[in-house]
Amino acid sequence: MESTYKKKSQIADVWSRFKRNKMALAGLIVLVVMIILAIFADVIADFETEVIRQNIPNRLQTPCAQHWFGTDEFGRDIFARIVHGTRISLQVGVISVGIALIVGGFLGAIAGFYGGAIDNVIMRIMDVFLAVPGMLLAIAIVAALGSSMTNLMVAVGISSMPSYARILRASVLSVKDMEFVEASRAIGAKNMTIIMSHIIPNSLAPVIVQSTLGVAGAILATAALSFIGLGIQPPNPEWGAMLSSGRAFMRDHPHVVLFPGLSIMLTILVLNMIGDGLRDALDPRLK
Amino acid sequence: MAKYIIKRILMLIPVIIGVAFLVFSILSFTPGDPIRIILGEEATPEAIEQLTMELGLDQPLVVQFFRYLVRLAQGDLGRSYITNRPVFGEIMNALPHTIELTIWSVAIGLVIAIPVGVISALKQYSLLDNISMVITLIGAAIPNFWFGLLLMLLFSLTLGLLPSSGVGTPLHMILPALTLGTTNAAIIARMTRSSMLEVIRQDYIRTAKSKGVGRGKIIRKHAFRNASIPIVTVIGLQFGGLLGGAVLTETVFSIPGLGILMVNAIRQMDTPMVLGSIIVFTILFCIINLIVDLLYAFLDPRIKAAYK
Repeated sequence: MESTYKKKSQIADVWSRFKRNKMALAGLIVLVVMIILAIFADVIADFETEVIRQNIPNRLQTPCAQHWFGTDEFGRDIFARIVHGTRISLQVGVISVGIALIVGGFLGAIAGFYGGAIDNVIMRIMDVFLAVPGMLLAIAIVAALGSSMTNLMVAVGISSMPSYARILRASVLSVKDMEFVEASRAIGAKNMTIIMSHIIPNSLAPVIVQSTLGVAGAILATAALSFIGLGIQPPNPEWGAMLSSGRAFMRDHPHVVLFPGLSIMLTILVLNMIGDGLRDALDPRLK
Repeated sequence: MAKYIIKRILMLIPVIIGVAFLVFSILSFTPGDPIRIILGEEATPEAIEQLTMELGLDQPLVVQFFRYLVRLAQGDLGRSYITNRPVFGEIMNALPHTIELTIWSVAIGLVIAIPVGVISALKQYSLLDNISMVITLIGAAIPNFWFGLLLMLLFSLTLGLLPSSGVGTPLHMILPALTLGTTNAAIIARMTRSSMLEVIRQDYIRTAKSKGVGRGKIIRKHAFRNASIPIVTVIGLQFGGLLGGAVLTETVFSIPGLGILMVNAIRQMDTPMVLGSIIVFTILFCIINLIVDLLYAFLDPRIKAAYK
Protein backbone atom coordinates (compact mmCIF):
# COMPACT_ATOMS: atom_id res chain seq x y z
CA MET A 1 0.00 0.00 0.00
CA GLU A 2 2.67 2.39 1.05
CA SER A 3 4.86 1.58 -1.90
CA THR A 4 2.11 2.31 -4.44
CA TYR A 5 1.53 5.60 -2.69
CA LYS A 6 5.18 6.46 -2.98
CA LYS A 7 5.38 5.42 -6.61
CA LYS A 8 2.46 7.65 -7.50
CA SER A 9 3.94 10.63 -5.78
CA GLN A 10 7.20 10.07 -7.63
CA ILE A 11 5.50 10.16 -11.00
CA ALA A 12 3.52 13.22 -9.93
CA ASP A 13 6.78 14.82 -8.86
CA VAL A 14 8.42 14.19 -12.20
CA TRP A 15 5.34 15.46 -14.01
CA SER A 16 5.21 18.66 -12.01
CA ARG A 17 8.86 19.34 -12.81
CA PHE A 18 8.35 18.39 -16.46
CA LYS A 19 5.39 20.68 -17.04
CA ARG A 20 7.24 23.68 -15.66
CA ASN A 21 9.51 23.36 -18.69
CA LYS A 22 7.48 25.16 -21.37
CA MET A 23 9.53 23.88 -24.30
CA ALA A 24 9.15 20.28 -23.21
CA LEU A 25 5.44 20.72 -22.63
CA ALA A 26 4.98 22.31 -26.05
CA GLY A 27 6.91 19.40 -27.53
CA LEU A 28 4.66 16.91 -25.79
CA ILE A 29 1.53 18.61 -27.08
CA VAL A 30 2.81 18.52 -30.67
CA LEU A 31 3.81 14.88 -30.28
CA VAL A 32 0.34 13.98 -28.99
CA VAL A 33 -1.20 15.68 -32.03
CA MET A 34 1.12 13.69 -34.29
CA ILE A 35 0.22 10.45 -32.56
CA ILE A 36 -3.48 11.22 -33.01
CA LEU A 37 -2.87 11.98 -36.70
CA ALA A 38 -1.00 8.71 -37.05
CA ILE A 39 -3.78 6.73 -35.39
CA PHE A 40 -6.53 8.33 -37.44
CA ALA A 41 -4.55 8.51 -40.68
CA ASP A 42 -7.09 6.31 -42.47
CA VAL A 43 -9.92 8.63 -41.47
CA ILE A 44 -8.06 11.66 -42.81
CA ALA A 45 -7.10 10.10 -46.13
CA ASP A 46 -7.70 6.70 -47.63
CA PHE A 47 -4.43 4.81 -48.16
CA GLU A 48 -5.25 3.16 -51.50
CA THR A 49 -7.04 5.97 -53.31
CA GLU A 50 -5.33 9.07 -51.94
CA VAL A 51 -1.89 8.01 -50.76
CA ILE A 52 -0.83 5.40 -53.32
CA ARG A 53 -2.94 5.76 -56.48
CA GLN A 54 -1.46 8.07 -59.10
CA ASN A 55 -3.48 10.92 -60.52
CA ILE A 56 -1.26 12.32 -63.25
CA PRO A 57 -3.50 15.22 -64.44
CA ASN A 58 -3.27 16.55 -60.91
CA ARG A 59 0.52 16.46 -60.68
CA LEU A 60 2.78 19.06 -59.03
CA GLN A 61 0.06 21.44 -57.90
CA THR A 62 1.17 24.15 -55.53
CA PRO A 63 -0.44 24.25 -52.08
CA CYS A 64 -4.09 25.37 -52.26
CA ALA A 65 -7.31 24.97 -50.28
CA GLN A 66 -7.92 21.52 -51.68
CA HIS A 67 -4.34 20.28 -51.33
CA TRP A 68 -2.86 21.99 -48.26
CA PHE A 69 0.68 20.87 -49.04
CA GLY A 70 0.18 20.61 -52.81
CA THR A 71 0.54 17.42 -54.85
CA ASP A 72 3.59 15.39 -55.81
CA GLU A 73 4.97 14.31 -59.17
CA PHE A 74 2.29 11.61 -59.46
CA GLY A 75 -0.56 13.93 -58.47
CA ARG A 76 -0.95 12.53 -54.98
CA ASP A 77 -1.90 14.80 -52.10
CA ILE A 78 1.27 15.51 -50.09
CA PHE A 79 -0.63 16.24 -46.88
CA ALA A 80 -2.30 12.83 -47.03
CA ARG A 81 1.06 11.18 -47.66
CA ILE A 82 2.71 13.02 -44.79
CA VAL A 83 -0.06 12.03 -42.39
CA HIS A 84 0.38 8.39 -43.37
CA GLY A 85 4.15 8.90 -43.21
CA THR A 86 3.78 9.95 -39.58
CA ARG A 87 2.37 6.51 -38.89
CA ILE A 88 5.37 4.81 -40.56
CA SER A 89 7.96 7.01 -38.88
CA LEU A 90 6.56 6.79 -35.37
CA GLN A 91 6.11 3.05 -35.72
CA VAL A 92 9.62 2.45 -37.02
CA GLY A 93 11.07 4.81 -34.42
CA VAL A 94 9.36 3.18 -31.46
CA ILE A 95 9.84 -0.43 -32.55
CA SER A 96 13.51 -0.05 -33.42
CA VAL A 97 14.20 1.60 -30.09
CA GLY A 98 12.24 -1.25 -28.50
CA ILE A 99 14.54 -3.75 -30.21
CA ALA A 100 17.64 -1.82 -29.17
CA LEU A 101 16.37 -1.50 -25.62
CA ILE A 102 15.39 -5.13 -25.18
CA VAL A 103 18.49 -6.67 -26.76
CA GLY A 104 21.01 -4.05 -25.62
CA GLY A 105 19.45 -3.54 -22.22
CA PHE A 106 19.30 -7.24 -21.51
CA LEU A 107 22.96 -7.76 -22.49
CA GLY A 108 24.04 -4.73 -20.46
CA ALA A 109 22.10 -5.82 -17.40
CA ILE A 110 23.57 -9.31 -17.57
CA ALA A 111 27.07 -7.90 -18.03
CA GLY A 112 26.75 -5.58 -15.05
CA PHE A 113 25.05 -8.11 -12.83
CA TYR A 114 27.38 -11.07 -13.32
CA GLY A 115 30.58 -9.12 -13.93
CA GLY A 116 33.82 -10.98 -14.60
CA ALA A 117 34.27 -12.88 -17.84
CA ILE A 118 30.63 -12.52 -18.94
CA ASP A 119 30.88 -8.76 -18.53
CA ASN A 120 34.13 -8.68 -20.41
CA VAL A 121 32.91 -10.71 -23.36
CA ILE A 122 29.63 -8.81 -23.73
CA MET A 123 31.17 -5.38 -23.42
CA ARG A 124 34.03 -6.14 -25.84
CA ILE A 125 31.41 -7.23 -28.37
CA MET A 126 29.57 -3.97 -27.75
CA ASP A 127 32.86 -2.09 -28.29
CA VAL A 128 33.12 -3.66 -31.71
CA PHE A 129 29.57 -2.50 -32.50
CA LEU A 130 30.43 0.96 -31.23
CA ALA A 131 33.53 1.12 -33.41
CA VAL A 132 31.37 1.15 -36.56
CA PRO A 133 29.51 4.44 -37.04
CA GLY A 134 25.84 3.60 -36.38
CA MET A 135 24.52 4.72 -39.74
CA LEU A 136 27.06 2.53 -41.57
CA LEU A 137 26.21 -0.50 -39.49
CA ALA A 138 22.54 0.04 -40.27
CA ILE A 139 23.42 0.36 -43.96
CA ALA A 140 25.36 -2.92 -43.85
CA ILE A 141 22.51 -4.77 -42.17
CA VAL A 142 19.92 -3.45 -44.61
CA ALA A 143 22.26 -4.25 -47.50
CA ALA A 144 22.48 -7.85 -46.35
CA LEU A 145 18.88 -8.43 -45.33
CA GLY A 146 17.17 -6.38 -48.02
CA SER A 147 15.11 -3.26 -47.53
CA SER A 148 11.80 -4.17 -45.95
CA MET A 149 10.27 -2.27 -43.06
CA THR A 150 11.00 -5.09 -40.62
CA ASN A 151 14.63 -5.31 -41.71
CA LEU A 152 14.93 -1.57 -41.38
CA MET A 153 13.71 -1.70 -37.79
CA VAL A 154 16.11 -4.52 -37.02
CA ALA A 155 18.99 -2.62 -38.65
CA VAL A 156 18.34 0.63 -36.85
CA GLY A 157 17.65 -1.20 -33.59
CA ILE A 158 20.78 -3.33 -33.65
CA SER A 159 23.01 -0.42 -34.59
CA SER A 160 21.85 1.63 -31.61
CA MET A 161 21.89 -1.28 -29.16
CA PRO A 162 25.34 -0.64 -27.57
CA SER A 163 24.32 2.65 -25.93
CA TYR A 164 21.47 0.90 -24.09
CA ALA A 165 23.80 -1.89 -23.03
CA ARG A 166 26.16 0.69 -21.57
CA ILE A 167 23.44 2.57 -19.72
CA LEU A 168 21.91 -0.51 -18.16
CA ARG A 169 25.29 -1.93 -17.23
CA ALA A 170 26.23 1.32 -15.49
CA SER A 171 22.90 1.43 -13.67
CA VAL A 172 23.19 -2.17 -12.57
CA LEU A 173 26.69 -1.59 -11.26
CA SER A 174 25.48 1.39 -9.28
CA VAL A 175 22.61 -0.43 -7.57
CA LYS A 176 23.72 -4.03 -7.35
CA ASP A 177 25.61 -3.64 -4.07
CA MET A 178 22.98 -1.54 -2.37
CA GLU A 179 21.34 -2.80 0.79
CA PHE A 180 17.91 -3.49 -0.65
CA VAL A 181 19.44 -5.83 -3.22
CA GLU A 182 21.40 -7.59 -0.51
CA ALA A 183 18.23 -7.85 1.58
CA SER A 184 16.38 -9.34 -1.33
CA ARG A 185 19.12 -11.88 -1.85
CA ALA A 186 19.09 -12.69 1.87
CA ILE A 187 15.42 -13.66 1.72
CA GLY A 188 16.25 -16.03 -1.14
CA ALA A 189 15.31 -14.10 -4.28
CA LYS A 190 16.69 -15.57 -7.51
CA ASN A 191 19.01 -13.56 -9.73
CA MET A 192 16.35 -13.01 -12.39
CA THR A 193 13.87 -11.78 -9.77
CA ILE A 194 16.44 -9.35 -8.46
CA ILE A 195 17.21 -8.06 -11.96
CA MET A 196 13.56 -7.74 -12.91
CA SER A 197 12.12 -6.30 -9.73
CA HIS A 198 14.96 -4.27 -8.26
CA ILE A 199 17.63 -3.43 -10.74
CA ILE A 200 15.63 -2.58 -13.84
CA PRO A 201 13.11 -0.27 -12.08
CA ASN A 202 16.02 1.58 -10.55
CA SER A 203 17.67 2.24 -13.86
CA LEU A 204 14.58 3.54 -15.62
CA ALA A 205 15.41 7.24 -15.55
CA PRO A 206 18.41 7.23 -17.89
CA VAL A 207 16.73 4.60 -20.08
CA ILE A 208 13.62 6.73 -20.56
CA VAL A 209 15.68 9.76 -21.56
CA GLN A 210 17.88 7.77 -23.92
CA SER A 211 14.86 6.07 -25.50
CA THR A 212 13.10 9.36 -26.19
CA LEU A 213 16.17 10.76 -27.89
CA GLY A 214 16.69 7.35 -29.49
CA VAL A 215 13.29 7.44 -31.19
CA ALA A 216 14.33 10.75 -32.77
CA GLY A 217 17.57 9.17 -33.93
CA ALA A 218 15.78 6.12 -35.31
CA ILE A 219 13.29 8.24 -37.27
CA LEU A 220 16.17 10.24 -38.73
CA ALA A 221 18.09 7.08 -39.60
CA THR A 222 15.03 5.58 -41.30
CA ALA A 223 14.47 8.72 -43.33
CA ALA A 224 18.16 8.81 -44.24
CA LEU A 225 18.23 5.17 -45.36
CA SER A 226 15.06 5.66 -47.38
CA PHE A 227 16.52 8.81 -48.90
CA ILE A 228 19.50 6.90 -50.30
CA GLY A 229 17.15 4.18 -51.50
CA LEU A 230 18.03 1.52 -48.94
CA GLY A 231 15.05 1.97 -46.65
CA ILE A 232 11.32 2.04 -47.20
CA GLN A 233 10.59 1.96 -50.92
CA PRO A 234 8.21 4.11 -52.93
CA PRO A 235 5.27 4.35 -53.35
CA ASN A 236 5.11 4.02 -49.55
CA PRO A 237 4.74 7.49 -48.07
CA GLU A 238 7.92 7.51 -45.97
CA TRP A 239 9.27 11.06 -45.52
CA GLY A 240 12.84 10.30 -46.62
CA ALA A 241 11.60 8.37 -49.65
CA MET A 242 9.31 11.29 -50.53
CA LEU A 243 12.29 13.65 -50.41
CA SER A 244 14.32 11.35 -52.58
CA SER A 245 11.72 11.07 -55.33
CA GLY A 246 10.73 14.73 -55.08
CA ARG A 247 14.24 16.10 -55.44
CA ALA A 248 14.21 15.90 -59.23
CA PHE A 249 11.30 18.35 -59.28
CA MET A 250 12.38 20.72 -56.54
CA ARG A 251 13.76 23.43 -58.81
CA ASP A 252 10.35 24.42 -60.12
CA HIS A 253 8.21 22.92 -57.38
CA PRO A 254 9.99 23.40 -54.06
CA HIS A 255 6.92 22.34 -52.09
CA VAL A 256 7.55 18.68 -52.96
CA VAL A 257 10.70 18.67 -50.81
CA LEU A 258 9.65 21.34 -48.32
CA PHE A 259 6.92 19.52 -46.42
CA PRO A 260 8.43 16.04 -46.00
CA GLY A 261 11.65 17.63 -44.70
CA LEU A 262 9.73 19.90 -42.33
CA SER A 263 7.91 16.87 -40.97
CA ILE A 264 11.15 15.04 -40.21
CA MET A 265 12.60 18.12 -38.59
CA LEU A 266 9.52 18.86 -36.50
CA THR A 267 9.34 15.29 -35.21
CA ILE A 268 12.99 15.26 -34.22
CA LEU A 269 12.79 18.72 -32.69
CA VAL A 270 9.78 17.73 -30.61
CA LEU A 271 11.34 14.50 -29.41
CA ASN A 272 14.59 16.29 -28.51
CA MET A 273 12.67 18.87 -26.48
CA ILE A 274 10.74 16.18 -24.65
CA GLY A 275 13.93 14.20 -24.03
CA ASP A 276 15.73 17.22 -22.59
CA GLY A 277 12.70 18.04 -20.45
CA LEU A 278 12.53 14.48 -19.17
CA ARG A 279 16.22 14.50 -18.33
CA ASP A 280 15.80 17.60 -16.20
CA ALA A 281 12.58 16.33 -14.63
CA LEU A 282 13.86 12.86 -13.82
CA ASP A 283 17.12 14.00 -12.35
CA PRO A 284 16.61 17.09 -10.23
CA ARG A 285 20.29 17.10 -9.33
CA LEU A 286 21.15 18.29 -12.83
CA LYS A 287 20.15 21.90 -13.20
CA MET B 1 53.12 9.79 -24.23
CA ALA B 2 54.68 7.94 -27.18
CA LYS B 3 54.17 4.72 -25.27
CA TYR B 4 50.51 5.55 -24.78
CA ILE B 5 50.02 6.26 -28.46
CA ILE B 6 51.65 2.96 -29.44
CA LYS B 7 49.48 1.12 -26.93
CA ARG B 8 46.36 2.73 -28.34
CA ILE B 9 47.33 1.87 -31.89
CA LEU B 10 47.95 -1.75 -30.92
CA MET B 11 44.56 -1.82 -29.22
CA LEU B 12 42.99 -0.93 -32.55
CA ILE B 13 43.99 -4.27 -34.03
CA PRO B 14 41.52 -6.49 -32.13
CA VAL B 15 38.79 -3.91 -32.68
CA ILE B 16 39.39 -3.89 -36.43
CA ILE B 17 39.45 -7.70 -36.53
CA GLY B 18 36.19 -7.68 -34.58
CA VAL B 19 34.62 -5.17 -36.94
CA ALA B 20 35.81 -7.13 -39.97
CA PHE B 21 34.25 -10.28 -38.49
CA LEU B 22 30.99 -8.48 -37.65
CA VAL B 23 30.56 -6.90 -41.06
CA PHE B 24 31.80 -10.03 -42.86
CA SER B 25 29.16 -12.11 -41.07
CA ILE B 26 26.40 -9.56 -41.69
CA LEU B 27 27.24 -9.33 -45.38
CA SER B 28 27.36 -13.11 -45.76
CA PHE B 29 23.56 -12.91 -45.63
CA THR B 30 23.55 -10.77 -48.78
CA PRO B 31 21.18 -12.31 -51.30
CA GLY B 32 22.41 -13.03 -54.81
CA ASP B 33 25.20 -15.26 -56.01
CA PRO B 34 28.50 -13.39 -56.48
CA ILE B 35 29.49 -15.76 -59.28
CA ARG B 36 26.38 -14.79 -61.25
CA ILE B 37 27.10 -11.13 -60.57
CA ILE B 38 30.62 -11.46 -61.96
CA LEU B 39 30.04 -13.83 -64.87
CA GLY B 40 26.48 -12.92 -65.78
CA GLU B 41 23.61 -15.31 -66.41
CA GLU B 42 25.11 -17.18 -69.38
CA ALA B 43 28.25 -18.53 -67.75
CA THR B 44 29.30 -22.13 -68.41
CA PRO B 45 29.31 -24.53 -65.47
CA GLU B 46 33.09 -24.95 -65.85
CA ALA B 47 33.70 -21.22 -65.60
CA ILE B 48 31.43 -21.03 -62.57
CA GLU B 49 33.27 -23.86 -60.88
CA GLN B 50 36.65 -22.36 -61.60
CA LEU B 51 35.73 -18.92 -60.28
CA THR B 52 34.12 -20.39 -57.18
CA MET B 53 37.42 -22.12 -56.43
CA GLU B 54 39.44 -19.01 -57.22
CA LEU B 55 37.42 -16.83 -54.87
CA GLY B 56 37.40 -19.54 -52.22
CA LEU B 57 33.61 -19.45 -52.08
CA ASP B 58 33.51 -23.25 -51.81
CA GLN B 59 35.19 -23.02 -48.42
CA PRO B 60 33.36 -22.69 -45.09
CA LEU B 61 32.65 -19.14 -43.97
CA VAL B 62 35.25 -19.23 -41.20
CA VAL B 63 37.98 -20.20 -43.65
CA GLN B 64 36.85 -17.45 -46.00
CA PHE B 65 37.00 -14.98 -43.16
CA PHE B 66 40.55 -15.97 -42.14
CA ARG B 67 41.72 -15.71 -45.72
CA TYR B 68 40.17 -12.26 -45.88
CA LEU B 69 41.90 -11.29 -42.66
CA VAL B 70 45.31 -12.41 -43.90
CA ARG B 71 44.85 -10.37 -47.07
CA LEU B 72 43.53 -7.42 -45.06
CA ALA B 73 46.74 -7.40 -43.02
CA GLN B 74 48.62 -6.96 -46.31
CA GLY B 75 46.38 -4.07 -47.35
CA ASP B 76 44.55 -6.21 -49.89
CA LEU B 77 40.78 -5.82 -49.75
CA GLY B 78 40.05 -8.08 -52.71
CA ARG B 79 38.69 -7.18 -56.12
CA SER B 80 35.38 -5.56 -57.01
CA TYR B 81 32.82 -8.01 -58.39
CA ILE B 82 31.73 -5.40 -60.90
CA THR B 83 34.87 -3.68 -62.20
CA ASN B 84 37.39 -6.37 -61.20
CA ARG B 85 39.69 -3.60 -60.01
CA PRO B 86 41.33 -3.80 -56.56
CA VAL B 87 38.96 -2.51 -53.88
CA PHE B 88 41.83 -0.85 -52.01
CA GLY B 89 42.70 1.37 -54.97
CA GLU B 90 39.11 2.42 -55.57
CA ILE B 91 38.72 3.28 -51.91
CA MET B 92 41.95 5.29 -51.89
CA ASN B 93 40.67 7.27 -54.87
CA ALA B 94 37.43 8.08 -53.09
CA LEU B 95 38.74 8.59 -49.57
CA PRO B 96 40.35 12.06 -50.04
CA HIS B 97 36.98 13.51 -51.04
CA THR B 98 35.35 12.18 -47.89
CA ILE B 99 38.18 13.37 -45.67
CA GLU B 100 38.16 16.79 -47.29
CA LEU B 101 34.41 17.08 -46.80
CA THR B 102 34.63 16.00 -43.18
CA ILE B 103 37.47 18.37 -42.33
CA TRP B 104 35.74 21.32 -43.96
CA SER B 105 32.50 20.63 -42.18
CA VAL B 106 34.20 20.32 -38.81
CA ALA B 107 36.11 23.53 -39.50
CA ILE B 108 32.98 25.43 -40.51
CA GLY B 109 31.18 23.96 -37.51
CA LEU B 110 33.85 25.08 -35.07
CA VAL B 111 34.26 28.54 -36.56
CA ILE B 112 30.54 29.17 -36.14
CA ALA B 113 29.76 27.16 -33.05
CA ILE B 114 32.44 28.15 -30.58
CA PRO B 115 32.01 31.94 -30.81
CA VAL B 116 28.23 31.51 -30.70
CA GLY B 117 28.45 29.30 -27.63
CA VAL B 118 30.92 31.55 -25.82
CA ILE B 119 28.98 34.74 -26.54
CA SER B 120 25.69 33.10 -25.54
CA ALA B 121 27.21 32.05 -22.24
CA LEU B 122 28.67 35.47 -21.52
CA LYS B 123 25.36 37.16 -22.34
CA GLN B 124 23.11 34.53 -20.83
CA TYR B 125 19.36 35.19 -21.29
CA SER B 126 20.03 38.16 -23.57
CA LEU B 127 18.16 38.46 -26.85
CA LEU B 128 21.27 37.22 -28.66
CA ASP B 129 21.46 34.17 -26.41
CA ASN B 130 17.79 33.35 -26.88
CA ILE B 131 17.96 33.68 -30.65
CA SER B 132 21.06 31.57 -30.96
CA MET B 133 19.65 28.88 -28.68
CA VAL B 134 16.47 28.63 -30.77
CA ILE B 135 18.54 28.41 -33.95
CA THR B 136 20.80 25.73 -32.49
CA LEU B 137 17.79 23.75 -31.28
CA ILE B 138 16.47 23.74 -34.83
CA GLY B 139 19.93 23.11 -36.24
CA ALA B 140 20.31 20.02 -34.09
CA ALA B 141 17.03 18.64 -35.43
CA ILE B 142 17.39 19.42 -39.13
CA PRO B 143 18.05 16.32 -41.26
CA ASN B 144 21.26 17.10 -43.11
CA PHE B 145 20.18 15.61 -46.45
CA TRP B 146 17.13 17.88 -46.45
CA PHE B 147 19.16 20.91 -45.39
CA GLY B 148 21.52 20.12 -48.27
CA LEU B 149 18.62 20.12 -50.73
CA LEU B 150 17.40 23.48 -49.39
CA LEU B 151 20.88 25.02 -49.66
CA MET B 152 21.21 23.69 -53.18
CA LEU B 153 17.79 25.04 -54.10
CA LEU B 154 18.63 28.51 -52.78
CA PHE B 155 22.29 29.03 -53.61
CA SER B 156 22.71 27.06 -56.80
CA LEU B 157 19.37 26.53 -58.48
CA THR B 158 17.80 29.90 -57.62
CA LEU B 159 20.64 32.37 -57.04
CA GLY B 160 23.20 30.55 -59.16
CA LEU B 161 26.02 31.51 -56.80
CA LEU B 162 27.52 28.11 -56.07
CA PRO B 163 27.88 24.85 -57.95
CA SER B 164 25.21 22.29 -57.09
CA SER B 165 27.27 19.14 -57.45
CA GLY B 166 30.64 17.61 -58.12
CA VAL B 167 34.09 18.49 -56.84
CA GLY B 168 37.10 20.44 -58.04
CA THR B 169 37.20 23.94 -56.63
CA PRO B 170 36.89 25.18 -53.04
CA LEU B 171 33.53 26.65 -54.09
CA HIS B 172 32.26 23.11 -54.58
CA MET B 173 32.92 22.34 -50.94
CA ILE B 174 30.98 25.23 -49.39
CA LEU B 175 27.45 23.83 -49.61
CA PRO B 176 28.36 20.21 -48.73
CA ALA B 177 30.46 21.34 -45.77
CA LEU B 178 27.63 23.56 -44.51
CA THR B 179 25.21 20.68 -44.97
CA LEU B 180 27.29 18.25 -43.02
CA GLY B 181 28.55 20.76 -40.47
CA THR B 182 25.30 22.36 -39.34
CA THR B 183 23.95 19.71 -36.99
CA ASN B 184 27.37 19.41 -35.50
CA ALA B 185 27.79 23.12 -35.12
CA ALA B 186 24.44 23.34 -33.36
CA ILE B 187 25.30 20.63 -30.86
CA ILE B 188 28.79 22.02 -30.26
CA ALA B 189 27.41 25.54 -29.74
CA ARG B 190 24.97 24.27 -27.10
CA MET B 191 27.70 22.31 -25.37
CA THR B 192 30.08 25.28 -25.46
CA ARG B 193 27.44 27.47 -23.88
CA SER B 194 26.63 25.13 -21.02
CA SER B 195 30.26 24.29 -20.39
CA MET B 196 31.25 27.96 -20.34
CA LEU B 197 28.35 28.79 -18.03
CA GLU B 198 29.61 26.23 -15.58
CA VAL B 199 33.19 27.48 -15.69
CA ILE B 200 32.56 31.21 -15.43
CA ARG B 201 30.83 30.70 -12.09
CA GLN B 202 33.96 29.16 -10.56
CA ASP B 203 35.97 30.83 -7.84
CA TYR B 204 39.18 31.05 -9.85
CA ILE B 205 37.45 33.20 -12.43
CA ARG B 206 36.42 35.61 -9.68
CA THR B 207 40.00 35.53 -8.37
CA ALA B 208 41.38 36.34 -11.78
CA LYS B 209 38.90 39.20 -12.10
CA SER B 210 39.82 40.63 -8.73
CA LYS B 211 43.51 40.44 -9.61
CA GLY B 212 42.68 42.73 -12.47
CA VAL B 213 43.23 40.30 -15.34
CA GLY B 214 41.67 41.65 -18.53
CA ARG B 215 38.29 40.31 -19.63
CA GLY B 216 39.55 38.90 -22.91
CA LYS B 217 42.37 37.05 -21.21
CA ILE B 218 40.03 35.61 -18.57
CA ILE B 219 37.72 34.31 -21.24
CA ARG B 220 40.49 32.85 -23.40
CA LYS B 221 42.95 31.51 -20.87
CA HIS B 222 40.97 30.82 -17.74
CA ALA B 223 37.45 30.09 -18.86
CA PHE B 224 37.55 28.69 -22.37
CA ARG B 225 40.50 26.40 -21.88
CA ASN B 226 38.80 24.72 -18.94
CA ALA B 227 35.46 24.65 -20.68
CA SER B 228 36.96 23.04 -23.75
CA ILE B 229 37.28 19.49 -22.40
CA PRO B 230 33.57 18.61 -22.53
CA ILE B 231 33.45 20.40 -25.88
CA VAL B 232 36.20 18.17 -27.27
CA THR B 233 34.34 15.13 -25.95
CA VAL B 234 31.21 16.17 -27.82
CA ILE B 235 33.18 16.84 -30.99
CA GLY B 236 34.67 13.36 -30.70
CA LEU B 237 31.26 11.78 -30.18
CA GLN B 238 29.92 13.64 -33.20
CA PHE B 239 32.41 12.09 -35.59
CA GLY B 240 30.54 8.81 -35.91
CA GLY B 241 27.44 10.69 -36.98
CA LEU B 242 29.55 12.87 -39.20
CA LEU B 243 30.91 9.92 -41.18
CA GLY B 244 27.38 8.52 -41.53
CA GLY B 245 26.23 11.99 -42.57
CA ALA B 246 29.01 12.15 -45.14
CA VAL B 247 27.36 9.25 -46.97
CA LEU B 248 24.16 11.31 -47.29
CA THR B 249 25.89 14.58 -48.11
CA GLU B 250 27.90 12.89 -50.86
CA THR B 251 24.66 11.49 -52.26
CA VAL B 252 23.00 14.91 -52.30
CA PHE B 253 25.92 16.74 -53.91
CA SER B 254 27.27 13.88 -56.06
CA ILE B 255 30.69 13.95 -54.42
CA PRO B 256 32.61 10.83 -55.53
CA GLY B 257 33.67 9.90 -52.01
CA LEU B 258 33.66 6.74 -49.96
CA GLY B 259 29.97 7.11 -49.12
CA ILE B 260 28.79 7.07 -52.73
CA LEU B 261 31.22 4.26 -53.52
CA MET B 262 29.63 2.20 -50.75
CA VAL B 263 26.00 2.99 -51.62
CA ASN B 264 26.60 2.13 -55.28
CA ALA B 265 28.38 -1.05 -54.26
CA ILE B 266 25.36 -2.05 -52.17
CA ARG B 267 23.02 -1.48 -55.13
CA GLN B 268 25.25 -3.65 -57.33
CA MET B 269 25.72 -6.28 -54.60
CA ASP B 270 29.46 -5.73 -54.84
CA THR B 271 30.19 -7.27 -51.43
CA PRO B 272 34.01 -6.84 -51.36
CA MET B 273 33.57 -3.14 -52.04
CA VAL B 274 30.91 -2.76 -49.33
CA LEU B 275 33.02 -4.65 -46.81
CA GLY B 276 36.16 -2.70 -47.69
CA SER B 277 34.40 0.67 -47.46
CA ILE B 278 32.93 -0.07 -44.05
CA ILE B 279 36.27 -1.30 -42.72
CA VAL B 280 38.05 1.81 -44.00
CA PHE B 281 35.31 4.04 -42.52
CA THR B 282 35.78 2.26 -39.21
CA ILE B 283 39.55 2.63 -39.24
CA LEU B 284 39.08 6.32 -39.98
CA PHE B 285 36.64 6.58 -37.06
CA CYS B 286 39.07 4.83 -34.70
CA ILE B 287 41.93 7.13 -35.73
CA ILE B 288 39.75 10.19 -35.15
CA ASN B 289 38.83 8.91 -31.70
CA LEU B 290 42.50 8.44 -30.93
CA ILE B 291 43.27 12.00 -32.04
CA VAL B 292 40.45 13.29 -29.84
CA ASP B 293 41.87 11.43 -26.85
CA LEU B 294 45.30 12.88 -27.51
CA LEU B 295 43.78 16.35 -27.68
CA TYR B 296 42.63 15.95 -24.10
CA ALA B 297 46.24 15.61 -23.02
CA PHE B 298 47.09 18.78 -24.88
CA LEU B 299 44.25 20.66 -23.17
CA ASP B 300 44.56 19.27 -19.67
CA PRO B 301 47.98 18.57 -18.13
CA ARG B 302 46.31 16.37 -15.49
CA ILE B 303 45.15 13.99 -18.20
CA LYS B 304 48.56 14.07 -19.82
CA ALA B 305 50.07 12.96 -16.53
CA ALA B 306 47.70 10.00 -16.49
CA TYR B 307 48.69 8.81 -20.00
CA LYS B 308 51.61 6.53 -19.48
